[in-house]
Amino acid sequence: MNTLRVLAMLAWRNLWRNHRRTFIMLAAISVGVWAMIFMTALTQGMVNDMIEDGISALPGHVQVHHPDYRDDPNITNLIPIPDSELSARLEAAGFDRWATRIKVPAVITSERDSRGVMLLGIDPSREQGLTFIDESDLDGRFLESIEDGGIVIGRELADTLETEVGKRVVVMSQNPDNDIADRGFRIVGLFGADMPQYEEGFAFVGKQTLQRLLGVGDFVSEAVVMGDDYRDVTADYERLQALFDDSVVVQPWTELDTYLGTMLEVMDGFVLIWVIVIFLALSFGLVNTLVMAVFERVREIGLMLALGMRPSSILGQIIVESMLLLVIGLAIGNVLAWASIEPLKGGIDISIVAEGMEMMGAAAVLYPQLRMEDVVLANVVVLVLGFLASLSPAWRASRYQPVEAITKVD
Amino acid sequence: MSAVRCIDLCKTYRQGDEDIKALDHLSIEIDNGGFVCLSSPSGGGKTTLLNAIGGLDKPDSGEIWIDEQRIDILSKGELAELRLRKIGFVFQAYNLIPVLTARENVEFVMQVQGVAASERREKALAVLDEVGLAGLEDRRPSEMSGGQQQRVAVARAVVSRPTLILADEPTANLDSKTSDGLMDLFAELNENHSTTFVIATHDQRVMAHIPRLVKMLDGRIVDDIQQTAA
Repeated sequence: MNTLRVLAMLAWRNLWRNHRRTFIMLAAISVGVWAMIFMTALTQGMVNDMIEDGISALPGHVQVHHPDYRDDPNITNLIPIPDSELSARLEAAGFDRWATRIKVPAVITSERDSRGVMLLGIDPSREQGLTFIDESDLDGRFLESIEDGGIVIGRELADTLETEVGKRVVVMSQNPDNDIADRGFRIVGLFGADMPQYEEGFAFVGKQTLQRLLGVGDFVSEAVVMGDDYRDVTADYERLQALFDDSVVVQPWTELDTYLGTMLEVMDGFVLIWVIVIFLALSFGLVNTLVMAVFERVREIGLMLALGMRPSSILGQIIVESMLLLVIGLAIGNVLAWASIEPLKGGIDISIVAEGMEMMGAAAVLYPQLRMEDVVLANVVVLVLGFLASLSPAWRASRYQPVEAITKVD
Repeated sequence: MSAVRCIDLCKTYRQGDEDIKALDHLSIEIDNGGFVCLSSPSGGGKTTLLNAIGGLDKPDSGEIWIDEQRIDILSKGELAELRLRKIGFVFQAYNLIPVLTARENVEFVMQVQGVAASERREKALAVLDEVGLAGLEDRRPSEMSGGQQQRVAVARAVVSRPTLILADEPTANLDSKTSDGLMDLFAELNENHSTTFVIATHDQRVMAHIPRLVKMLDGRIVDDIQQTAA
């Protein structure tokens, strides 16, 4: 403890022997740490946006299906448990946000044009916070019940079909006997979405209305559960699995949308690589600073060795010096990162590159996301790699022969 | 009992194509409380002998005993411990750690030894007073003259009461008045604390102060004189 106190005092004072060099190095570390955290926050914001958009495009966090539904999402592959019982199990299991849906491919036709869509029969009271539809960004109204006779489509689709709220469209799909099932719906609402493809590809009707149209009784295509954090769905996944036997499959969103799941892994890996690459650039400065500091103090190190300081304490002194430099740089870098990200939490308008971003599934406004895990990662990487980078100059200093070091001439 | 015993020490340095014998089958014994001056022309081997006795350098062959402990076979760590506990050093120059004040420099060895802060401070101030530096304890080396710095180095060397103090050309950078003052201080410490002093020098004024004068040439002892101090 006493030795550590000596080392800390010597390291601290030595750090300020050459103010200019220390300030330059601190600036480099601070800017590097700021860049690590700031860029990570932007990247995480973008990834978060893409994943949440992807999840809100109906997968939720965990879904339940008939085992064959994913390969062939047609009306014959319904969950072999009545909707009333399925809902009762989900309710009893204590999930906060869940819904059951009928989801089939269909063709929607106006008097002008027709398009293929994914038709969803939903319970509007259960879809709050589950879908991408923002009811404040809606022309007309949303569905009001499972028996609602209206249809809600996206604005892009309405433009394509050259139709509008109040007009009628015909929806056509297949029933379980492979016969055409069709009926007319009045458009009651047009929704907007961040992604144009959502506005073009989805149409919503009441769940019971669609069940009647397709003649499937009280059965549905999927059950969806939404948890609190898309990064941690294991608990919900396991709870759901425990509710069912092999007659259904339970899958997390990472399996339902493998592109998004892979992207999450890639981005997490990218963050680590980014942090390490910045550190490597920093480490040249750090090692150079330490090498210079050691080189300038050869005689002094020799003197301390001669006075009885152990080589391990010399090693410790240089490492403590490096750690002090890094800790101060980290503190400044963290504050800078927080101070620059906080004002941008309301979003950064990137509409100038929005089209390119939309192709990747991201929206035109980027919300930087400062995650504690990423801050900790950046700090730990800097400290651990900084420690490793300091070892070489510190080791060199500790290996000096006192008699040679003391007699060293500048 | 002898404080230092060197038996048949040899040390050869390579300089270009030539082998230089810094120590050539040298043997010497110094009693506890002895006050010895090693004197030789430059390259005569006095610094090499001093470094070997202090465990800073190892001989090629021979034995070195300090307080009846053989030290030429000790590891780096053990030698560091020996220097920390038993030996005080005063070098020719660059004696002090520049980022520490005079008091902190004096406390340094005690701090590494693990002595409590209050005891360290008390001892450091007392010894600084003893070497005539009372009131200068908060000055850094850059704020002191060469003589004052050397006195701080002496204070550091004696503060933890080592049994042996090795001084290499301690007066080389000092004027004659400061030099005389430093030698008086050494003599006083030798007399009051029975500390063994081994001083390497080619300064005639220093030699005149010291009871035992060991003259060296080419790594060998050529004369060992007991003299009356001036």
